[in-house]
Amino acid sequence: MWMLLLVPYIGLLWVPFYNFTEPSLFGFPFFYWYQLAWVPITSLLIWLAYRSRTPDEAR
Amino acid sequence: MADQIEWVSLSIFIFFFALVTVMGFFAARWKAGPVNEHLDEWGLGGRQFGTWITWFLVGGDFYTAYTVIAVPALVYAVGAYGFFALPYTIIVYPFVFAVMPVLWKQAHANGHVTAADVVHGNYHSRALELAVAITGMVATMPYIALQLIGMGVVIKAMGLTGELPIIAAFIILALYTYSSGLRAPALIAFVKDIMIYIVVLVAVVVVPAKLGGYSAVFAAANDAFTAKGGATGLILKPAQMLPYATLAFGSALAAFMYPHTLTGIFASKSADTIRKNAILLPAYTLLLGLIALLGYMAYAANIKVATPNDVVPMLFKALFPSWFAGFAFAAIAIGALVPAAVMSIGAANLFTRNVWKSYVNPSISHAGEAAVAKIASLVVKGGALAFILFLPTQYAIDLQLLGGLWILQTFPALVFGLFTRWFRAEGLLLGWASGILWGSWTAWSNGLKPLATIDLGGASYVFYVGLGALILNIAVAAVVTVIVGLISPHRTSVTARS
Repeated sequence: MWMLLLVPYIGLLWVPFYNFTEPSLFGFPFFYWYQLAWVPITSLLIWLAYRSRTPDEAR
Repeated sequence: MADQIEWVSLSIFIFFFALVTVMGFFAARWKAGPVNEHLDEWGLGGRQFGTWITWFLVGGDFYTAYTVIAVPALVYAVGAYGFFALPYTIIVYPFVFAVMPVLWKQAHANGHVTAADVVHGNYHSRALELAVAITGMVATMPYIALQLIGMGVVIKAMGLTGELPIIAAFIILALYTYSSGLRAPALIAFVKDIMIYIVVLVAVVVVPAKLGGYSAVFAAANDAFTAKGGATGLILKPAQMLPYATLAFGSALAAFMYPHTLTGIFASKSADTIRKNAILLPAYTLLLGLIALLGYMAYAANIKVATPNDVVPMLFKALFPSWFAGFAFAAIAIGALVPAAVMSIGAANLFTRNVWKSYVNPSISHAGEAAVAKIASLVVKGGALAFILFLPTQYAIDLQLLGGLWILQTFPALVFGLFTRWFRAEGLLLGWASGILWGSWTAWSNGLKPLATIDLGGASYVFYVGLGALILNIAVAAVVTVIVGLISPHRTSVTARS
């Protein structure tokens, strides 16, 4: 599950994934809504990693 | 910029400023502890902040007033490139989640108050401890100065001229930080963050509605960038992609090396508090992304400014009634107080623990530590104020930029020691020095642009100089560790660790 923490780095640091204007969403070019979408996705991924910890790590 | 004093805005502004001043002094009694008897009380608020207080405190001091002014200003000036703050403040959190609880545990178990304490605990090297402490203090000073610049911009927008208002605001801040310690910014952060959330949520709904929706906002910005030409636009030029990604990555690694962010970590109640905050703090990043868009909204609203830093205040003045503009300006100015207070406390803790205690008075009592730190916080703030009053603004901006590169060079010494004992103090110290020297020299010779260029196989690559310096730093640390290991296989200092 710790591998989940690496996913945002791939999604955001490989800029060719998202350096476009189309498709736009609610008037936001792709470049903008794609990166904004990573905010809740990253929270979710960290939460999943948090949930999957073994009990002896919990403190 | 109009020089008429905006009385309605100013009254609202003064009301909120007075409110947080009272709170700042009152904070000494909040979650009461003996503030003057122990540095843990004055400098870390008693190491008792739970999830929500930590969320407001770290959110309040990581997303600074200067951010609210400077990020939209950069986006206004260059477009997409200015958005690197968004990926930066997203990818910082998986790192915080993985590393900062480990740091907290070590600090908690050994009573460490600063990053340099932790480094000394792991390597027993006074030289490495001092290197980390001085880097932290030097990197923090211009950062505090920038908070003053942020405050100055909104005070100017209300028609107040001269430096007296800033000096007054800063003296008040210095006094309640002196008397209440970290409890003051922690309490004020609640007010500041709630105000900023209100301002930004109103702005991102109301402003586009007045300007014809987000499509119109982006279209106006696109037209402006097309007319302007150069390295601007709604998406990155191919040559900007590597600088964008490396700036985001390097900044994310540097963010929690600063004394002010680490103070929030050390002040937490438990490792789990930090883990939960890694999940919850991205809410501020969403806010930051929306704040950045204010730079584009200025184009749609036909705002013309002399300097990009005036974009946000001019936009608020143009589109909001004066009472709400005053509320927004108060939010930004209070937003400067919280990080400035935490930064000065973080720097004061470093001075007390790693300079005063290590070199001047090793047998200092806990109450003595608190007394030294309180005085040090006044000196740090006085220094930042003098910086703004007597030196050109550009110096603070340039130095803050170099500060980011410097603080990043403490990463190997602080973070690697949490997971491995392989590195030697000598290696880490030489790595730190190499990174700082090469990085500063490269940035300097590029006219203080944070970018470096290397040529590989005929192609040239442009990247964030701090990240390049960090790679050099780690390489030097590794090579020197191997060499020192060959010369003296028995690590006398490190095996002696408690």
